[in-house]
Amino acid sequence: MLKADILVVGGGMAGAWAAATAARAGVSVILADKGFCGTSGITAAAGPGHWWVPPDPPEARPAAIRARAEAGLGLCDPDWMARVIALTYQALPTLAPYYAFAKDSSGVVQYRALRGPEYMRALRQLITDLGVTILDHSPVLELLQRPDGSIGGARGVQRQRRHTPYHIESGATVLATGGTSFLSHLLGSRTNTGDGYLMAAEAGAALSGMEFTAAYTIAPAHSTMTRSMSYAFATYYDSDGHEVAPAGPEQTRELARQLLRGPLFCSLHRMPGDIRDHLRTISPNLMLPFDRWGIDPFTDRFEVTLHNDGTIRGTGGVRVVNEDCATGVPGLFVAGDVATRELIAGAISGGGAQNSAWALSSGHWAARGAVRFARSRNGRSARLTPIGEAGLRPLGTGRASDIPGMVEAVRNEMHPYDKNLFRTGPQLRQSRQRLDSVWNELRQFSAASSLNPLPAREAAALLATARWSLAAALLRDESRGLHQRVDSPSLRPGFAQPIIVSGLDDIRAGLKNQAQHPSVMEPAQ
Amino acid sequence: MIELVIADRCTGCNACVEVCPTNVFDPGSDGRPAIARQADCQTCFLCELYCKADALYVGPDCDQPSPVDPAMILASGLLGQYRRHSGWDEWQGQYPNEHWLMEGVFRRARESMSSSG
Repeated sequence: MLKADILVVGGGMAGAWAAATAARAGVSVILADKGFCGTSGITAAAGPGHWWVPPDPPEARPAAIRARAEAGLGLCDPDWMARVIALTYQALPTLAPYYAFAKDSSGVVQYRALRGPEYMRALRQLITDLGVTILDHSPVLELLQRPDGSIGGARGVQRQRRHTPYHIESGATVLATGGTSFLSHLLGSRTNTGDGYLMAAEAGAALSGMEFTAAYTIAPAHSTMTRSMSYAFATYYDSDGHEVAPAGPEQTRELARQLLRGPLFCSLHRMPGDIRDHLRTISPNLMLPFDRWGIDPFTDRFEVTLHNDGTIRGTGGVRVVNEDCATGVPGLFVAGDVATRELIAGAISGGGAQNSAWALSSGHWAARGAVRFARSRNGRSARLTPIGEAGLRPLGTGRASDIPGMVEAVRNEMHPYDKNLFRTGPQLRQSRQRLDSVWNELRQFSAASSLNPLPAREAAALLATARWSLAAALLRDESRGLHQRVDSPSLRPGFAQPIIVSGLDDIRAGLKNQAQHPSVMEPAQ
Repeated sequence: MIELVIADRCTGCNACVEVCPTNVFDPGSDGRPAIARQADCQTCFLCELYCKADALYVGPDCDQPSPVDPAMILASGLLGQYRRHSGWDEWQGQYPNEHWLMEGVFRRARESMSSSG
C-alpha cells in the first residue's frame, strides 16, 4: 500500500496544476496517470490559450464576464468567472522558470497561449521538482472508501508491469481524469474515456451539464489533426465544387449537414502568405498530415470531417458543490474537464480559452480543498473498501464480453451528426434504450480480465457517460447552446438552469432547483 | 498510426516506450522498442517529438494502418520534422516557438471575414 496526503488521478493540465498546488502546501502527493504525465490528455497535443483578462483597465473583467455570461445563455455564474480570471492571471506566470514565454515586438511577455507539449513538459518538471511522486502508465480502476463514506484512496494497475495491482491510501483524492470524446479521433483523446465520471458517480457524486456534448471540430478526413486555427481561413465545397457552409455561428451545423449529404472538401487558399510562412512554428503538428499525404492545403482541395469533442469541448462533468471543487462526497474533489465547466461556460463550449483557465483554476481549488480535508484527518488510517462496480464486479456470472462491440455501440449513438447535433426526443430515447441494454449486459457479465482490466472499465465509463448525456438531453426539451433539439427548437424559460444527473443502473435526471425531488427517468427497457 | 521504428536510427533509449500515452510500444528483445499494439495508437505524433534519433514515423491515417516503405520514408525528409519545427533539443533557437501569434492569426481571420462580407 502506497501512502500520500493527496492522490491526484490524471496527469494532464488540471491534474498537474493540482499536484503542484498540493505540493506547494507542504503535503505529500502522488499523481497517477493512465499514460505518461507530459503526453497524456488533450493539452499535450494541442495549444491551449487561457482566458486572459488583465486587471487593467478595471472595466475589462466585468465586460468579459458579461459577454460570456450572455453567451452562456443563463447557466453560468459570474462569481466563478471572476475567480477563474483572477487566478489564471496570477498563476500562469509562475510557470516562467519552466516555460519560455515569448515576448512580442514591444517586449511584453505573452502568457496567454502555450504550446501543448512544452506546457505539459514544463508542468511535469515543476511537479517533479516539488517532490510529487509520478506513477506513469498506472491507470486507476476504482476508488477506495472508508467506513464513514469518505474517499480514502484508489486502486489501479501498472500496465507496463503485467498489470500488477497497486493501492494508494490518501488523505484526500483529486480526480483529474479529463472529459471524454466518446473515442472520436479528437487529437489526444484516446485515454480520456470518462473514468473519473464513473468513479465519482460510484462514490455518490452527481453530474451537471451532461447534455452539452455536441461540440465538433474540423479535421482532414482520416486524421486526428483537430487544430482549428487555420480553418478560420477555410473555404468549404461539396463534391460538385460548390461553396458550402459560409463562416458564421451556424457553420459547424452547416458542415455537418453537408457531411450527411456526402463528402466535404476544404481549401485554405485564403490564408495570407505571411501566416503560411509561420504555420510550422506556430503549430508544428498542424502540417504533419498534409506533408505526409503530399497535400498542399493552400492550393489543393482536401477532404475534411468533424470529430466529436464530447465533454472535452462540451461543458458537462461532475457537479461541484462549493468553491473547493468538492463533489459532495467527503474527501473527493474534481479538477479540469472531469468537473462541470457549466459554471463558467454555461450552455456553450468553453472553447480553448475558458477551458484551459478552468483546468488551471479548478486544479488549484480542488487541491486546496483536498489539502484542507487531508489535514483535518491528521493522517489517521481506516479500513478501505473498493467501490468499483461496472466492468469490475459483474452482478451475474462473469464471462468474456464483447468489449470492443460495447465501445462501438457508444460511438454509434454519440458521434453521428443526425443523432447528436440534430437531436430529437424519439432518437434520444432510442439511443438511450440501446445503450441501457448494452450497459445491462456489461453489468451482468463483464468481469475485469485479470490479463488487462482496463478495457472493460473504460467501456463502463463510456457507457455511463453516454447514458447521462442522453438522459439530460431528453429532459432538456428545448434548444440551448450546444444542445439543439430539432423537435423543440427554441429556448424555454423554465430550462434556464442546470440539469443534474446521477445514478448508474437507474439514472436520475432533474432540473437543479428541483434537485431535492428529481424527476426519475423511466427505465428504458 | 505509428508505422515505423527505423532500426538503423534507433538508439534503443526506449523513450518512446515511456512517453507514449497509449502504451503502444514494448521494449524489444533486441534492445530496440517494438510496435506491440499499433491499434491503440492515437496518432498524436508525440512519440516523434521525444525521439532524439528521429527514428519513428507516424502515418497520418488514424482509421487504419497504412504500411510504408522504410527506405522511402528515410529518403523523404519527413523523419524528425515535428521535433525540428518544435525547436526541441539541437533545434533550439533555430525554430522559435511562435505559438503566441495564434491569437493574432484568429484576429486577422475575423478582419478578413468582415471586410469580405
